[in-house]
Amino acid sequence: MVTADIDNILNRHSGAGRDHLIPILQEVQEAEGYISPRAVAKIAEFLNLPASKIYGVATFYNQFRFHPKGRFHFMVCRGTACHVKGSQKVLDELTKQLKLEPGQTSRDRLFSLEVVACMGACGLAPVVSVNGEFYAKVTPRKLMEIIQECRQKEVVDV
Amino acid sequence: MITLTVDGRTVEAKNGEMILSVLRREGIHVPTLCHMDGLPPSGACRMCVVEVEGSPTLTPSCSFPVSEGMKIKTATPRVLEARRTIVKLLLANHPDDCLYCNSNGHCDLQKLAQDLGIRERVYRGPRRVQEMDMSSPAIVRDPGKCILCGRCVRMCEEIQSVAAIDFIGRGSRAKIGTAFDGGLNVSSCVNCGQCINVCPTGALSERCYIDEVIQALNDPEKMVVVQHAPSVSVSLAEEFGLPAGKDVDGQMVAALRRLGFDRVFDTSFSADLTIMEEGSELVHRVKTGGTLPMMTSCSPGWIKFIETFYPQLLPNVSTCKSPQQMLGALIKSFFAEREGVDPANIVSVSIMPCTAKKFECARPEMARNHVPDVDYVLTTRELGRLLHQFGVDVNALEPSPADTPFGERSSAGKIFGATGGVMEAAIRSAHYLITGKELDDLKIQPLRGLKGCKELHIEIDGLKLGAAVVSGLGNARKLLDEVVAGRNDLQFIEIMTCPGGCINGGGQPKNVDPEAVQARLKALYKIDRDAPLRTSHSNPWIQRLYKEYLGEPLGEKSHHLLHTHYTMRNIPMAQG
Ligand code: SF4
Ligand code: SF4
Ligand code: SF4
Ligand code: FES
Repeated sequence: MVTADIDNILNRHSGAGRDHLIPILQEVQEAEGYISPRAVAKIAEFLNLPASKIYGVATFYNQFRFHPKGRFHFMVCRGTACHVKGSQKVLDELTKQLKLEPGQTSRDRLFSLEVVACMGACGLAPVVSVNGEFYAKVTPRKLMEIIQECRQKEVVDV
Repeated sequence: MITLTVDGRTVEAKNGEMILSVLRREGIHVPTLCHMDGLPPSGACRMCVVEVEGSPTLTPSCSFPVSEGMKIKTATPRVLEARRTIVKLLLANHPDDCLYCNSNGHCDLQKLAQDLGIRERVYRGPRRVQEMDMSSPAIVRDPGKCILCGRCVRMCEEIQSVAAIDFIGRGSRAKIGTAFDGGLNVSSCVNCGQCINVCPTGALSERCYIDEVIQALNDPEKMVVVQHAPSVSVSLAEEFGLPAGKDVDGQMVAALRRLGFDRVFDTSFSADLTIMEEGSELVHRVKTGGTLPMMTSCSPGWIKFIETFYPQLLPNVSTCKSPQQMLGALIKSFFAEREGVDPANIVSVSIMPCTAKKFECARPEMARNHVPDVDYVLTTRELGRLLHQFGVDVNALEPSPADTPFGERSSAGKIFGATGGVMEAAIRSAHYLITGKELDDLKIQPLRGLKGCKELHIEIDGLKLGAAVVSGLGNARKLLDEVVAGRNDLQFIEIMTCPGGCINGGGQPKNVDPEAVQARLKALYKIDRDAPLRTSHSNPWIQRLYKEYLGEPLGEKSHHLLHTHYTMRNIPMAQG
């Protein structure tokens, strides 16, 4: 199914040149949630571009991720308002607690971490969202609670 | 012609020429980092700035053309300060590892810091600690020492058309790496080492096997033998500060003995053998309607390239092993039998101008009964280091000949070290095999010189032969595309991975002056001109080897020892 998705996207761009690389990458990420090695290989073949180049271009932009999202996808806002309110500390704390760098996903696929420019919720700064749910005025303590909550949800589900 | 002023002197220049090339001709040394001779300027590093009157900002000389009446100043305080600032910034997060660095003593960055008189660390950024890529059997990448000049990327993509590596990420996180940063071993990298040769720092180097070799030399149980490739004797001298193109063949043999090798053999001998086998294979293909054009197989970077990018053409590749592997196989069979030594007790080392040879000797087909035919490959640079460690001064030694039975070569085998050499040697012998007579003039001029593509169309006794010689994989790609598109006037193609052939191999002395490769080339031609024995088929030791052991070219023993097969490589990341 996954392959079919990529094929469909590429079909829509048939005859396209290298300038279609970014739109194709965006559509692939939209469809699959991330840019996988096999997606890059397919795009490489399709556009006749080296895979290293495609990966290089994709990593130039913050919008692309190269790991599937975890069950709990954390986004940390690094916009100006959040920055002023100490979002760097929040990010450092999250990196430490989740043992993840931005863009990474934990081995058990439970957590993933992403940094975004501004979520448009500056009144709530510093903001963190988990699977789209916003948490306002986040502190290290609060982060611990949020993570704890996620782990419990996971246990209940199993 | 136009006229301009440089530092107050009037100077002539061609219209459209870049400032940098004019300055160089005038003997003015302008430091550069991203600039690469023969490629369009990228203007990325700004190291080469000069002052141009009337321009408010400093001008990068590598990418700015001269114009009539231009007034240039190359060493004003402003210029020097700008250059210093660039170097200081590059050093801000540099590991400062010079004492322990493989590039110590021949590093462009070190030299810049020295030349510009930088005496303290001014900016203190966090040191970049990044994982080294040790995944490849041939190439080591240490991103911590990388200054992101982009030369390796351009070499890999624009000259070699491999594009295994590129810039990843941006800003302070930017680095050079393979797709998904997965490591060179799973990429399309063909191990050519050309990226090493253009890297201004110690970020790129060969995988070093000096310690393993020293250990073998100190093991009393082992018989340690060594072979040296045709192009090493004309480049090793540079590692000792001697001029490029000085041939130290005999001294090198003596030096290798000093290191403790039990036997010293000449790979040019097995190059002669390659000519016998490959020549016979060509004649066989032509006579029996086999796949043509036949392509040479002695350059392992090229072999991985075709396995990766043009697997449909693999039937065109000669089944002959490379000279290194032919000799390796003979050492652990014929020679071992003759000496009464168990092949497992022989350690076979080779000195090569090449990093891809490290990959080649580790290919599973290059071992019999799980004993590899060649155990360790050292580059010319590594041999230089090993000799320095042992305190052996090549220049001070009395020349000494290589050992029997693989010590005597024809000069046809020797010119394998330059692009066109295999073809020239092959045509000399083909002419003899077909007509029973030697060529009137053994020197085949159209095949000589450093040009990336050369062709020769001749007729030998009614047999038409179209021959093409290419070096550099970008040139190879162009020719292969023609062959795929149906070009059919060629019967034999010589392909060398490195531009210019082994004399410019990825394991040769680096940071040498641009004329060095030309000088190495001339040295090989001179050896050939003066040699008493100039054709492979007339090498008496080759004749003896066939008589006593192999039987005949393409015979059963040859098939078993000297020929191989290839693997299609499905590298999903190798599109290009
Ligand atoms: S790369 Fe050059 S400057 Fe850096 S540590 Fe090595 S020798 Fe020193
Ligand atoms: S060794 Fe050759 S193929 Fe591999 S990365 Fe370097 S230049 Fe590219
Ligand atoms: S590895 Fe060397 S050649 Fe490549 S970008 Fe870094 S410093 Fe330049
Ligand atoms: S050498 Fe001119 S900008 Fe780098």
